Amino acid sequence: MKVLVPVKRVVDANVKVRVNADNTSIDTANLKMAINPFCEIAVEEAVRLKEAGSASEVIVMSIGPKASQEQLRTALALGADRAIHILTDEDLVPLSVAKLIHAVQKKEQVDLVILGKQSIDSDNNQTGQMLAAIGKMPQATFASEIKMNADQLTVTREVDGGLQTLMLPLPAVVTADLRLNEPRYAKLPNIMKAKRKPLETLTPADFDVTLKSHQTVLKVTPPAERSAGVMVSSVEELVEKLKNEAKVI
Amino acid sequence: MAILVLAEHDNASLKLDTAKVVACGQAIGGDIDVLVIGHNCNDAVSSAQQLNGVRKVLVADAAVYANGLAENTADVVTDVAADYEHVLAAASSHGKDVLPRVAALLDVNQLSEVIAVVSSDTFVRPIYAGSALATVQSLDDKKVMTVRSSAFDAVASDGSAELVTLTQEVAPQVEFISQSLTVSERPELGNASVIVSGGRAMGNSENFGILEQLADKLGGALGASRAAVDAGFVPNDLQVGQTGKIVAPDLYIAVGISGAIQHLAGMKDSKVIVAINKDPEAPIFQVADYGLEADLFEAVPQLLELL
Repeated sequence: MKVLVPVKRVVDANVKVRVNADNTSIDTANLKMAINPFCEIAVEEAVRLKEAGSASEVIVMSIGPKASQEQLRTALALGADRAIHILTDEDLVPLSVAKLIHAVQKKEQVDLVILGKQSIDSDNNQTGQMLAAIGKMPQATFASEIKMNADQLTVTREVDGGLQTLMLPLPAVVTADLRLNEPRYAKLPNIMKAKRKPLETLTPADFDVTLKSHQTVLKVTPPAERSAGVMVSSVEELVEKLKNEAKVI
Repeated sequence: MAILVLAEHDNASLKLDTAKVVACGQAIGGDIDVLVIGHNCNDAVSSAQQLNGVRKVLVADAAVYANGLAENTADVVTDVAADYEHVLAAASSHGKDVLPRVAALLDVNQLSEVIAVVSSDTFVRPIYAGSALATVQSLDDKKVMTVRSSAFDAVASDGSAELVTLTQEVAPQVEFISQSLTVSERPELGNASVIVSGGRAMGNSENFGILEQLADKLGGALGASRAAVDAGFVPNDLQVGQTGKIVAPDLYIAVGISGAIQHLAGMKDSKVIVAINKDPEAPIFQVADYGLEADLFEAVPQLLELL
């Protein structure tokens, strides 16, 4: 069974971002970039499936600018076998990303696609579900546990009220939630080895996929700031303020 | 122009989220119909019929829809969506599971977590964990969007919408194995007017007991930071944050939570925020209306006594 893991290059989760001067986007110049944390969890899970003998090959892919290859190398250092980079400087919407992932899945005859449940930049939480729809595949989103028996995939999902467990036939799509696993740190020898692993570069035009324009971002603005609060010196003062000033208790 | 709202329910009852998404529909403007997909969901249906401003309630009731699985739910929504310009669902785990699938089947993109309506094709949604707000114009012929319910006030239940029964049945692609839902007497996080949340500093799950007492005393819900959930102190469904629940109660009390941006993304629209933390540098104090620098194991019992 081949496993495909799409990964996204995003601003590192620990960086505080700011809106740019002309309110059109986030100012990403010179910010530390990283593999989207949920994508990293997806890579880790795929590598564990291979280590357990359930997967034969782990392919990672990324759609984005040339620099996305850094994140593909990171994924290779974590244990993926090879990488596919679809080079584009366009900021594609999730539907277009899902169409390209589906094209790669068909070409590579992949049975299981594991994605992060959302990217921490655009916060869309759409791509996996869309990929499943395009490929008419079953989906298990927000996974906290994956078990593989023969051709049956059992996935536990984090839902609003608790946990839900589903069994899916392959091919299938799984999106990774935070508690699926804790990704390993890449060891130096593996980082060196990753540099020699195959990385193929393609463009959206190499696939028989029609991408459309779906939306325009009119402006990007900072959220309203909360006005500064006060420090209280005691629990008594806190209770007094909540009762008489805020009137919430 | 008509708007379809996918109902959020657990068969037994309609979730308040639905009334909030209907409010978003009213802000867009147009005839609003609610679609209930489930099994033995009569009570949810009659609650939906009472929602203010709803024209029709469409019902697909069959055993195959009992568990709200994304595949067949999305197929039904996509069929019904032919007659609508807007398709809305709550940005709940169910809405997030189903609606992108619907969007892809309709060959349109989705707008996620809409918090404000600018016009019938332009909406505001947070990006980067709420560090920025994007105003986005959809160019698609159908607008498919999940709605952040905490950003809208629920419509009243004084209506009487017409009932329409749908007959198509779509088989699921996956097999439902089991579900373990947290049983709690407390209000749900999304509906609570008071939330008491604990972080890593709680130390263990037993210590959450004092926060449960505090929540019960205030008639509120219990929440947690990701750190507390990851450490296994409380179940995952209590997580408040960028990737957990987004809440905006009247009063949010953060206890032993440092205030990572991912947590703030889930609660900074609360009306009044109280932070109790022994680290004066904790970023939670920057969003708190009332900050108390104190050891939570002394402050919370004191608070319990005084309330």
